[in-house]
Amino acid sequence: MDAKHSEIIAAEDLAAGYQDKIVWRDANFSIEHGEFVAIIGPNGSGKTTLFRLLLGLQSPADGVINVFGARPKRGNQLIGYMPQRHLVDGEMTIEAIELVRLGLSGKNWGFSLFSKNDLEAAHRALKSVGAEDLAHRSLGVLSGGELQRVFLAVALVSDPDLLLLDEPLSNLDIRRERELVHLINDVVRSRNVTALLIAHNINPLLPFLDKVIYIANGRVATGKPKDVLTSETLSALYGTPVEVLRDSHGNFAVIGIEENQTHCEHSHVEHHDL
Amino acid sequence: MNIHTLSIMTFSINLLTDLQTMWQYGFMQHAFEAGTIVAIVAGIVGFFVVLRRSSFAAHALSHIGFAGAAGAVLFGLDPIIGLLAFTSGGGIAMALLGRRAAQRDVQIGTVLAFMLGLGVLFISLYSGYATEAYSILFGEILGISYGDVLVTLAASLVILLAVAVVYRPLLFASLDEDVAEAKGLPMLSLGIIFMVLVAFATSISVQVVGVLLIFSLMVTPAAIAQRFAKRPLQGIVISVAIALAATWAGLFIAFYEPYPVSFFITSIVFALYILTIVIEKFYSRMMRPSQA
Repeated sequence: MDAKHSEIIAAEDLAAGYQDKIVWRDANFSIEHGEFVAIIGPNGSGKTTLFRLLLGLQSPADGVINVFGARPKRGNQLIGYMPQRHLVDGEMTIEAIELVRLGLSGKNWGFSLFSKNDLEAAHRALKSVGAEDLAHRSLGVLSGGELQRVFLAVALVSDPDLLLLDEPLSNLDIRRERELVHLINDVVRSRNVTALLIAHNINPLLPFLDKVIYIANGRVATGKPKDVLTSETLSALYGTPVEVLRDSHGNFAVIGIEENQTHCEHSHVEHHDL
Repeated sequence: MNIHTLSIMTFSINLLTDLQTMWQYGFMQHAFEAGTIVAIVAGIVGFFVVLRRSSFAAHALSHIGFAGAAGAVLFGLDPIIGLLAFTSGGGIAMALLGRRAAQRDVQIGTVLAFMLGLGVLFISLYSGYATEAYSILFGEILGISYGDVLVTLAASLVILLAVAVVYRPLLFASLDEDVAEAKGLPMLSLGIIFMVLVAFATSISVQVVGVLLIFSLMVTPAAIAQRFAKRPLQGIVISVAIALAATWAGLFIAFYEPYPVSFFITSIVFALYILTIVIEKFYSRMMRPSQA
């Protein structure tokens, strides 16, 4: 990837939402090629809205956003998207490989009985997330962690350059959460792709992150984790005094805002396993 | 020749001879032809109905179709025209209101009841021909004409062609709505196409099982299939096979017994459904003996 394409995402005075109901505003940031970025913030702060802007499912309320040097357009094949999902119906007997192959061929019109390209690509995608043994298992019987791997394979099957992962770590226990973080990091590094990941808890991600986008109180702060996760930056973001604490393991806890209880909650449990 | 004199026909062990005997009668031939076409279409479209959890919407469409069929009879038109017009209109309206709206059972149920009421009014205005109402509500496959078979065939070809074109996008949109939307699939158009497919399939199925028994061909076979099928195509094949088997067996038995064909079809499908659940329970008990 040459230098002029190294900027994958650029936001300028970006505002999200609608004219009468702005979710957040004045966002200025850029994401470079190959960066692993976490998007952190309280519930309802507009994290998924950023993904919708990038996917072209929603237009900016104000300002400019560019993806791969152009305005976002729905159906961009360079983007692999893993939405936040509800649990799969336990009676769903369709096997994993059938879902993954649709990630590649599901947008094609017409009928193809004999093409196996998408099947081969689906097997490769499942293999790359260590889930080849799940290929012929029914979706309804998979565990939360297994499902997240399959969904990640759906996002990867079209060989994208940019990954948008919406809360892939939710509903996982600590061990599965750590496994999946390692897996996602391996995928990002080995494929040399750019990844944005929405999460509630930044701590399991910290060792791997290049950047953090912190969305709260209608504002957006971006930068390296050590620059963003400071009492000064977050106090300015929230517009109220906030204290950021670090423990001996390097875990962060944000004190002073009710919505951020989740940050502390996880970081404590985390210690038992470390 | 009517259905009552048929009961004197005697059943022989040779099924082929039995079929040859049946097919000497034009109405039985037409019934088998129309029944076969309808079973194939209902099995295929029904697979998507169950996959998208839209069975109540399909059920409602058939009731909306009742008003259309009754209205057509009142104005001296072929009931199938009223069925197609009303179910298509209702289907498009439901799709425009959104997929979530199509799952709002109270609203759908309210419209459904009103449409049945409207149908009753039309039927009574048509100087009270109860047989017309009866055949729309419960099906009258033994009264199918050659012309009806041709209309059914034409509608089916349109449905099958449309399914072949939208097969993968519709499957994708049904299994993984958010990703399909992000990949650029036209979700609203797909929703409308799907509901029109259901409308057409419902309209032709009404001839066989009537509006009240539409579940037996459009939903139950597909629901059984989706308890086993690991691949979509496999599910469609099983669904069609069950719908076909029930329709054929129903027609076959009805040739010898003086009871309605739709009763036999619904009973066979119901029996298969119960059998499926029993087998499943049995298997799941066999699969985990260690926990006992």
